[in-house]
Amino acid sequence: MERWIFVPIAAIAILSGGFMLVARNAVHAALLLVTNFFALAVLYVLLDAHFLAAVQIIIYAGAIMVLFLFVIMLLGVDRMESLAEEIPLLRPLALVLGVGLAGTMAYVFWTTMRGRTFAGLREANRSGNVQALGRVLFTKYLFAFEVASVLLIIAAIGAMVLGRRRDEEEEASQVLTHGSSEDPSADVERAG
Amino acid sequence: MIDPFAVLTLGSTLFILGALGVLLRRNAIIIFMSIELMLNAVNLTLVSFARMNGNLDGQVLAFFVIIVAAAEVVVGLAIIMSLYRRKASASVDDARIMKW
Repeated sequence: MERWIFVPIAAIAILSGGFMLVARNAVHAALLLVTNFFALAVLYVLLDAHFLAAVQIIIYAGAIMVLFLFVIMLLGVDRMESLAEEIPLLRPLALVLGVGLAGTMAYVFWTTMRGRTFAGLREANRSGNVQALGRVLFTKYLFAFEVASVLLIIAAIGAMVLGRRRDEEEEASQVLTHGSSEDPSADVERAG
Repeated sequence: MIDPFAVLTLGSTLFILGALGVLLRRNAIIIFMSIELMLNAVNLTLVSFARMNGNLDGQVLAFFVIIVAAAEVVVGLAIIMSLYRRKASASVDDARIMKW
């Protein structure tokens, strides 16, 4: 039964990831990534991680992908881009590295994981996955949880600082949009 | 029943696809999506390990990976925005002012 769910979902995950790799349009890549996230959420349910499946949908497919699409639309980079490679040898080198990585992982998994079975989370999830996860999170991993909240605040402040326009940049963009370059130094700084 | 080997194979395949995306693509946003794909592949292996060992530590770790990924996306997209504002392009080839 599990296998009949796993195989098609795994195929969807791999295909959406592969097509994302060659998508020429950033919006298409974002939609393929959402497909991938949903497929992974199904796999999380299959692996008894019900809370993480919900978090995957709400945070990844909801918040993070909306942020991605928002930036894509804001930058106006939803046009096709060329996939031509300018650096010689990069593409074959990347493929060699990818195959090498795949070979290493296949070897390690084959030698260590073959024949292993899932112990199952029936015992750990007895009082419910969310309850059990919350108990572990707020006892054993309480310090890491607090550090994570600090990290999120730092990220929010960092994004605000990075996203803020400085005054001189604002002037430069105004000069650019009005077509007259009254202040040449601003244009030079922008171009450089 | 599925075995851990199948899930780990899927996770490593997705990780390699993400790594190839980072290496081969020029668009900063697509590179970012590939990083997300790699983080998700790692999450899948962590959840699989949690089920294999019969405790929830792997799931908690995957939860923290999601938190860090959210923070990383916020800062990274802000960097892409400010890059675009300076260079009018989201290609990583244009961000070479500090190139030696």
